Amino acid sequence: MNYTVVVGLEVHVQLLTASKLFCACANKFNPDNPNVQTCPVCLGLPGSLPVMNRKAFELSLKTAMALDCGIARFTKWDRKQYYYPDLPKAYQISQYDLPYSHDGHLDVKTDDGEGVRRVGIIRVHLEEDAGKNMHDESGRGQDSQVDLNRCGTPLMEIVSEPDIRTPGEARRFLEEMKLLLTYIGVSDCNMQEGSLRCDANINLHIPTDDGGHVATPIVEVKNMNSIRNVELALEYETTRQFREFQETGVKLGDPGGNKVTRGWDANRNVSFEQRGKEEASDYRYFPDPDLVPVTVTEEQLDAIRGETCELPTPRRARFQSEFGLSEYDASVIIDQGPALADYFETVAQGSDGKQAANWVTQDVLREMNERKVDIDEFAIRPDVLSSILKRVTDAEITIKSGREVFAALLADADADIPISIKRIDRIIEERGLKAVSAAGELEGIIATVIERNAQAANDFRNGKQAAIGRLIGEVMRECKGADAKAVRAMLVDELSK
Amino acid sequence: MAIELTRDKVREVARLARLKLTDEEVETFTSQLGHVLEYVDILSEVNTDGVEPMAHAVEQFNVLRDDAVRESLPREAALANAPKTDGRYFQVPQILESS
Amino acid sequence: MTISGSTATELLARLESGESSSVEVTRTFLNAIDRQDETIGAFLFVNSDAALEQARAVDEKRAAGKSVGSLGGLPVAVKDVLCMRDTPTTCGSKILDGFRPPYDSTVVERLRAADAVIIGKTNMDEFAMGSSTENSAYKVTRNPWNTDHTPGGSSGGSAACVAAGMAPLSIGTDTGGSIRQPAAFCGVVGMKPTYGRVSRYGLIAYASSLDQAGPLANDVTGAAALLQAIAGHDARDSTSVNRPVPDYLCGLDQPLEGLKIGIAKEHFVAGLDPEVESTIREALGVYKSLGAEVIDVTLPHSKYAVATYYLIAASEASSNLARYDGVHYGHRAESFTNMVDMYCTTRSEGFGEEVKRRIMLGVFALSEGYSDQYYVKALQVRRLIRQDFDRAFADVDVILAPVAPTPAFKIGELVNDPLAMYLTDIYTISGNLAGIPCLSIPAGFSDAKLPIGMQLYGPAFSEDRLLRAARMFERVAGLSTLSSRLS
Ligand SMILES: [Mg+2]
Ligand SMILES: [Zn+2]
Repeated sequence: MNYTVVVGLEVHVQLLTASKLFCACANKFNPDNPNVQTCPVCLGLPGSLPVMNRKAFELSLKTAMALDCGIARFTKWDRKQYYYPDLPKAYQISQYDLPYSHDGHLDVKTDDGEGVRRVGIIRVHLEEDAGKNMHDESGRGQDSQVDLNRCGTPLMEIVSEPDIRTPGEARRFLEEMKLLLTYIGVSDCNMQEGSLRCDANINLHIPTDDGGHVATPIVEVKNMNSIRNVELALEYETTRQFREFQETGVKLGDPGGNKVTRGWDANRNVSFEQRGKEEASDYRYFPDPDLVPVTVTEEQLDAIRGETCELPTPRRARFQSEFGLSEYDASVIIDQGPALADYFETVAQGSDGKQAANWVTQDVLREMNERKVDIDEFAIRPDVLSSILKRVTDAEITIKSGREVFAALLADADADIPISIKRIDRIIEERGLKAVSAAGELEGIIATVIERNAQAANDFRNGKQAAIGRLIGEVMRECKGADAKAVRAMLVDELSK
Repeated sequence: MAIELTRDKVREVARLARLKLTDEEVETFTSQLGHVLEYVDILSEVNTDGVEPMAHAVEQFNVLRDDAVRESLPREAALANAPKTDGRYFQVPQILESS
Repeated sequence: MTISGSTATELLARLESGESSSVEVTRTFLNAIDRQDETIGAFLFVNSDAALEQARAVDEKRAAGKSVGSLGGLPVAVKDVLCMRDTPTTCGSKILDGFRPPYDSTVVERLRAADAVIIGKTNMDEFAMGSSTENSAYKVTRNPWNTDHTPGGSSGGSAACVAAGMAPLSIGTDTGGSIRQPAAFCGVVGMKPTYGRVSRYGLIAYASSLDQAGPLANDVTGAAALLQAIAGHDARDSTSVNRPVPDYLCGLDQPLEGLKIGIAKEHFVAGLDPEVESTIREALGVYKSLGAEVIDVTLPHSKYAVATYYLIAASEASSNLARYDGVHYGHRAESFTNMVDMYCTTRSEGFGEEVKRRIMLGVFALSEGYSDQYYVKALQVRRLIRQDFDRAFADVDVILAPVAPTPAFKIGELVNDPLAMYLTDIYTISGNLAGIPCLSIPAGFSDAKLPIGMQLYGPAFSEDRLLRAARMFERVAGLSTLSSRLS
């Protein structure tokens, strides 16, 4: 049946600040040492007061601007009241009716890989994270444990419009979001450590005979700890909701058709109903009297604009136009993150774009994987690789020799020999890799070799194709850097005269 | 307009406030809070159209601090006032009840 | 003159001249506490050993010729709402029984920096909610002038200990009149500074947008000296105002020339005790004789102040007090059936009646469907009240008003009528809503020999003007507030 899947995502992102949002405790993932990153403020001790972290606010602004949001010139902080042991003040400082940003968007590829889906961003707001509760899972009803290391760390909440139409789009939305956030350096987006968390709202619009549609009850899916799990959970929910609708016919808003929360069991690949909250929540938002509003000026926004790097989408386009890359190659590089893209750019600027793309996406990525290092730790720095490639494009050495130099440099690095451009020259010289293809040098050698091997030359002229092998071999011995193919071509030329 | 404060509303408010009230207390609060609400209804006679709510006593903006880390409390100090700990964590009755 | 009958200024002179040591002074006050506090009940915790140790340290500093802080060696009592490192801090509540903060409030830190000797923590209405200090979970404080009467509240302990000569200076906090009203009831000087003048860091919140700590003293000079020590910007309080603190002591004795005093008719309405009214009128006469001009002003939204205040204060309180849930500090119920029940039982056991009443009111006023009608409406009226003052201060320098409608009422008189108790704050509440400074100074006595105070309101950050205006009156009217008259 041709129903429409309607998905909206709510993403929580931890910001990369040194200290927490309202106090000077470290903002650091530290689950093995519980309750060592706390102070009177984040413990919610009586009398303590919050003071806003400037960096956290700036990173939030940067994010909202990267998502093309409108930025409020006046924003304030509200208290959201609820009781939970990981929330020691029994309210979360968040933003209610005047968030600092609104109405942005993020573009993602549709499932066919051709189209673009523009997903609206309703708002991005800044709030404090809660601590962490550890539940006793033995079933014996032991106490739960509370660790407040994370309590009060800065958290951005990004809420999308329900514009996403397939589980695959949801995955790509999160991948693109993660890429964007790591690109601009506001978060490490590590889902295992909880720096990026996602809740998904999903329901189906099922067409009716009169040309309209009915909506199934909205389900909020929680506890998904990887992007892949979000996709799987949404696939599961799509099927489940459709089946349930066929069985029960319950629509959104019907009795029993209210929004429900389901958890995702990643081991069994099923979603499960979470115990319905027996009580409706009433968060009683009101402006936090302990914090004062923040105003934002055009100059401030300009400054942030000025220090924000190029974003993934425009950069992808530029790599195609400026370096002649295919969309695929551009994406492979950009999707690896800003460090690899920067690396690529340095390489490409000094050589040839397509060559650089080939080398970076194949040789460099392969060697990085093998050595399990990040691009920042990769021994061959981009200026060095650029220099190798330049020699190839200048036909100073052959591609094959280029790879030999590359391998030799890595071997050096593995043996702790420092790598530099000078080292390239040394390797080329030691191994006699200098190409002779250019210039009369090779021509001269070829002439000499033909002269020296008149018999073989004649055999070839007389149709004995294999005879040329001997000539090629001899030329190659004479000049190591030569490209065999080119040598063959030149020999054929010469012998056909 | 003053609202009629019912016992049920008082119970609902007590639930939100995490207060356990005896039936007697529900009676007392219904009557006392009812009087207070009647009294504060005097505000409904004030015309406040277009008046910006005043949440703070002084108008200040943009109080922000630098993102610098300072030493946290040692764990013993953080847990020192807690009614129940295991020396590493705060302890509370199990949060997720087996249903 | 005895030590405990001296003003802070006189004591400071003795300490500086070497006539008395801080240890001697401190010991005298500790003895006074020993003798009288059984009856008065002003203290929740007497810091004897630490105070003497601190006094000794100041004496040594002075003897060694080192520079000594502005309160060098003077005992100061601190309301139990202010956190003090490793020292019991209960806020007058059972729910904080046994709580020892791991940190000092900024006020305490500044007192220490000024070399004050912190002699003890004073009794208060639980979480500063009350006007009589009868709402303490620990004890009732009595008025030193007549122990059948309340000392006022919520800073009743701080006012009573100064009036009884158990401390020359004390710190109180004022959310709706909690410094000024007990100061008036106990016949001492008390001031609520401009909101943001004194840091709230470490002040256990009742209503964050109204709370402000301030000095109580047995004369204006003492209050000025104490305010000097605690005022000023604090980066740990986002609502603290970064603005230089003037020298409150220099020029204090200089009368204000051409002082324009505002009188608002809204401050002289039904319910105002005739003795209080006549005392205020007489005080006005004193000012006139000193050359002041009296001008009628109007504060048309005054009559909405109490309703506005209770909605805002209760709303903020319901949020501020949500944290007392038995998880991270303070009382936890012994038996409960599950976590939610643990919360509810803990809070029901730990909070007193008045606190519960205000939490309930606040939760209601903020709840869905009601917050616009109650909470937001109150915030709007609050702005109108503030604008009344702005308009009035365009014409006058200060506004003279009663502090409370009556002299100190009797213990037990109003406990069963919360609304009547709330209405005793009718003249003080506007100052908190508007965030402006106000001062209470003894102006006379009732026939029943109970002190009557008068109040001076000033525009934001006019503490220096209020202190000078008060001192003008004090010099002439010469109302000594000292407890020595008791014995
Ligand atoms: Mg949130
Ligand atoms: Zn902290």
